Amino acid sequence: MDFLTVLISRANYWAYIILMMVGLYAMIAKNNLVKKIVGMSIFQTAVILFYVSIGAKQGATIPILRHGPVPEGGGIAHAALRHGTDAVQAVNYINPLPHVLMLTAIVVGVATLGVALALAIKVYKEYGTLEENEINQRLRRG
Amino acid sequence: MVNTLPALVIIVPLLAALMVAAAGFIDKRACFPVAVAALSVSFLGAAALLVQVVNTGLAIEYRFAGWAAPMGIVYVIDHLSALVLVVITAVSLVNLVSSKQTIHREFADKEGAFISLYVLFTAGLIGMTATGDAFNLYVLLEIASLSGYALIGLGKARAPLATLNYLFLGTIGATFYLLGVGYLYIATGSLNMADLAAILPGMKDSGIVLFAFIIMLSGLFVKMALFPVHGWLPGAYSQSSSAAAGLIAPLTTKVTVYIMVRICLNLFSVDYTFHQLNVSDFLVWVAIATIVFGSLSALAQTDYKKMLTYIIIAEVGYMVGGFFLGNRMGMSGAILHIVNDAVMTLCLFMAAGIFLWKTGSEERGDLKGLFGSMPFTMAGFVLAGLSIIGVPPTCGFFSKWYLVSGGIAAGQYAFVAALLFSSLVNAVLFFRLFEISYFEPFIDHHHGSDDGGGHGGAGAVIQEAPMAMLVPFLFVSIMLLVLGIYSGRIVTNIIHFAIPAGVI
Repeated sequence: MDFLTVLISRANYWAYIILMMVGLYAMIAKNNLVKKIVGMSIFQTAVILFYVSIGAKQGATIPILRHGPVPEGGGIAHAALRHGTDAVQAVNYINPLPHVLMLTAIVVGVATLGVALALAIKVYKEYGTLEENEINQRLRRG
Repeated sequence: MVNTLPALVIIVPLLAALMVAAAGFIDKRACFPVAVAALSVSFLGAAALLVQVVNTGLAIEYRFAGWAAPMGIVYVIDHLSALVLVVITAVSLVNLVSSKQTIHREFADKEGAFISLYVLFTAGLIGMTATGDAFNLYVLLEIASLSGYALIGLGKARAPLATLNYLFLGTIGATFYLLGVGYLYIATGSLNMADLAAILPGMKDSGIVLFAFIIMLSGLFVKMALFPVHGWLPGAYSQSSSAAAGLIAPLTTKVTVYIMVRICLNLFSVDYTFHQLNVSDFLVWVAIATIVFGSLSALAQTDYKKMLTYIIIAEVGYMVGGFFLGNRMGMSGAILHIVNDAVMTLCLFMAAGIFLWKTGSEERGDLKGLFGSMPFTMAGFVLAGLSIIGVPPTCGFFSKWYLVSGGIAAGQYAFVAALLFSSLVNAVLFFRLFEISYFEPFIDHHHGSDDGGGHGGAGAVIQEAPMAMLVPFLFVSIMLLVLGIYSGRIVTNIIHFAIPAGVI
């Protein structure tokens, strides 16, 4: 497999790795605490996107069983439903489990963001700034 | 009949956390009894589970909503998790009972919120220990971590900044774990630990599984403060309030080590961790670095709470190193040390809490003359110090004995040397504290009404800590001896069954 094929066929992995690195860079290298928090959020979102992307399948539809007439169009899954029997074919549906897991992870992410911002407010009240180097200077002075 | 205890052990504190938060708005006096009652129920449940598991020798499985293993979420209580559950609930309960007054004094208007977070944190740890589902573990890990951040953030003036650093690193650790779970799911299509353990041996050459192993373990190493990624721990723990430090310091790192043991032994199997991958030697060296670094940094501190935090880092090295020795002795030592170190750290942080209550400072020099004024507290403190150093018959000696024997059996003499070096450093650290508090005269920090008792040294007036703090503290310090005396039984009756038969 040449490089281009790897690049394209695994685009979701590249995307999540790039996002993750962007987040990690911001968390480590940025001076402003809010920017670090934004980085943390990007970092977590990268993993959420990774999970969501692994549930997807080409031509598959959302995992709700249809009874009754199937609408025109709508890719391989719908075509199979129109011509096939009533039996449920797993291949026609995307995997819902990673998506459900990510609902929880999104909640965790929001909670983490909330705690982080609350702490940032407390830091600002204490030192009057959110720049880490200024806080460190203030701490050193006593 | 379905055994509902595994569910009750976590659901009671989880609901109690909500009730305490609600009670905080109605009547603050109700918060504390509700929390103590919930943690007591949880502790009794955990103890009953341990007795059941030891008597029957079988793991107890609880299926949530009746769904069987690969589909539903199950809680599995075996020898290892029952033991850790008892430790978690006991430490949390004793520390809460002893810190009633500190909580009342330090968080006057936020008492409800603090106690609610306290119980929630314990519920998170209980769930992490009991769960048999890899993703459920992540959720509970985050419940424990988030309430832990809030508990530490409520500490001293510098606490928010230290907590924010902890939060960044903690999130990186937890997210790495989540990523690892994702890769395991891609490879196997399962999230249940027992199911994964059955599938993984068939695909041990897979690169996906290898990456999952590495990234999950890296995440846990960040969470447990192993050497290169330990930076968040001293700041966060030393800035937290006494009540929060007494809960979080003994439990967080120990439960994370338990998760590591669980993942390596029961998820990836002994064969994969120790024979397929050639990482154990490297990780023992990392542990050695952790021990040496933790001990040397502890020597440099004049603030005793900060000194204790570096000792915790060194102790993490003991457990990780002992586990990756890969033999039965070393693993027994590591698991026994999870128990012993939780109790020792609790004892030391409770002592730190009493000193802070009494002298209002955490500087080493302010311990002057405390032997004269607080003989019982200092007796307990000496026991805790001896246990951390590893003097028989305190429990610290026995886990160190297993670790050293394991190190010799594995031929890891550098690890043995690091353990002995760390014991010597601990001896220096604690005898220095004993010397200051025994020989130097007491300075009365509570200026005012009393007649200056204690100024003369010889004529020191006994001014003990309040009974509510002293009694639990003495109980814990006596437990150090009890655990030491019974450590042989703990190993043969419980830990022996927690380690797979393949390990020699």
